[in-house]
Amino acid sequence: MADPRNVDIKDQPGFRTIAITCVAVLYVPILILMIFSFNTGSLVTHWEGVGLTWYGSALLNEEFHNAAKNTLIISTTATVISTICATLAAIGMTRVKPWRGLPAAFMVINLPLMVPEIITAVATLSFFALIAGAFGLNFGIGNLILAHTVFCIPFAYMPIRARLEDMDLTLESAAADLYATPWHAFRRITLPLLVPGIMSGAALAFIVSFDDFTITQLVAGPGQTTLPLYIWNQIRRPMTPEINAISTILLLVSILFVSVSFLIARRRAK
Amino acid sequence: MALSQAALFEAKAEKASARRNRLLSLPALIVIGIFGVLPLLIILVYSFLQAAPYGGVQWKFSTDAYLNFLFQQDIFDDTLQFTPDFLIIYLRSFLFAVVTTIVCLLLGFPTAYFMATRTPAQRNWWVLLITIPFWSNLLVRTLAIMFIIRDEGLINNLLMGLGVIEKPITMLYTNFAIQLGLLYSFLPFMILPLYASLEKLDFRLVEAANDLYATRRQVLWRVIIPLSLPGIIAGCLLVFIPALGAYVTPLILGGGIHLMIGDLIAQQFGSGRNWPLGCAQALILMAAVLVALYFYVRNTSGKIQHG
Repeated sequence: MADPRNVDIKDQPGFRTIAITCVAVLYVPILILMIFSFNTGSLVTHWEGVGLTWYGSALLNEEFHNAAKNTLIISTTATVISTICATLAAIGMTRVKPWRGLPAAFMVINLPLMVPEIITAVATLSFFALIAGAFGLNFGIGNLILAHTVFCIPFAYMPIRARLEDMDLTLESAAADLYATPWHAFRRITLPLLVPGIMSGAALAFIVSFDDFTITQLVAGPGQTTLPLYIWNQIRRPMTPEINAISTILLLVSILFVSVSFLIARRRAK
Repeated sequence: MALSQAALFEAKAEKASARRNRLLSLPALIVIGIFGVLPLLIILVYSFLQAAPYGGVQWKFSTDAYLNFLFQQDIFDDTLQFTPDFLIIYLRSFLFAVVTTIVCLLLGFPTAYFMATRTPAQRNWWVLLITIPFWSNLLVRTLAIMFIIRDEGLINNLLMGLGVIEKPITMLYTNFAIQLGLLYSFLPFMILPLYASLEKLDFRLVEAANDLYATRRQVLWRVIIPLSLPGIIAGCLLVFIPALGAYVTPLILGGGIHLMIGDLIAQQFGSGRNWPLGCAQALILMAAVLVALYFYVRNTSGKIQHG
């Protein structure tokens, strides 16, 4: 910015307008949805007054409670399991000499990102139907937790791996030179340095699990309603602004976790 | 002698530890292997079985699922008749995905470039602004679009209030709604990889081109775009693949009238109740995705060789 000529060269005509338009287009619908959640009237589109009526009605709604409870159980468990798996895998795939199976292992970890969600959804549904039919196995809500864990792993894996790759390896070898056992060096050097990556990964895993609709909808059994499924059930009925209130809560949770993950990552960059 | 023995011992210990580390990836690989890869193999098997009348499969080999994709058995004389219904839905989804990718690129590239040319502090804010919708609930974002384009939605209310139109324009449950929803859903998926690639661009090359009397447009087409090609390809792929398999967007904005591959597959497991057909449809979609990924890998590895 100090040298105006410098900026001038890089600028392309019209790009600023497009950029601002894009951001506006991305935010206006969400903001309108949020604003209407404070509408006291019972119509989704007709404004009557400002109030928290529909937040109150959502928070007193038992179906909403159940959905929120299921969502929290599934997301928290899937986040914990996937973050542990992802952390171990990230270490196991960066702190080793390259071996023949490494690219294949990397592909398996990233597989859930490459397969369209609807395919994963019907495949997981078929899988659980098969083991229920053949072995009588049904883990109840555990089915959803397992399904979520699978697609959470690559999201948790990415920031953890990035952090491990950025890390100064001399610290680890210094610890080894000072007769620290590999475990000790890991516990005292690598792990503390890795914590931001793990937290950032866990935040992402939580969001993708918390927000998942497609896979959950197909795999969920009766009574296993999560918040996105609850919203979907509401859409099919005559709508009240309660749906806006619940949607706003979901958006705020996403924004909170994204911001946390983003801030941690930014501190790393500094 | 003692020294070399110590070195040998150390090397051995290191080798053992490296091998131990390898084992650390096992839990993740096992979880994804059993609950991610195995299910894909199961639908491959299912697609060659017969449908059970009320969902599920019968363990009899059959290629009906793939035949039914293109043909339908005539009820009277058992001959196969070419029925392009499914094929049309696939082609339509492909068209939707292509248009989405192109428009997202046309909007996303200038945006990403603008972001990459800000000061570092401004850049952070821009990235956060795009990252938030990237990670926000797709269902809720689709719902937000629905609220705006409904008959009694914001756009129609506004236009009627201004007296531009008398009757609301029907936008919801049309192809336009699906296309708009796809664009809205996947625009951030284009901007972020493009930005990641443009951020690393060496802007001294832009200055050099400028010094050599290149016009802005020439700089853009001859310098910036070729250098950011890996990001462009990655962004297109990140938009194209989920757009092709989109499920939520056509479900909510298409209203079950205008189908895309995603709802078509889901229907076979719901109201349609023909699991093998659904599995075959899913695998045909997977094949399309693999073709796209193949081109991606071929293009990017080519870049590395030439670079």
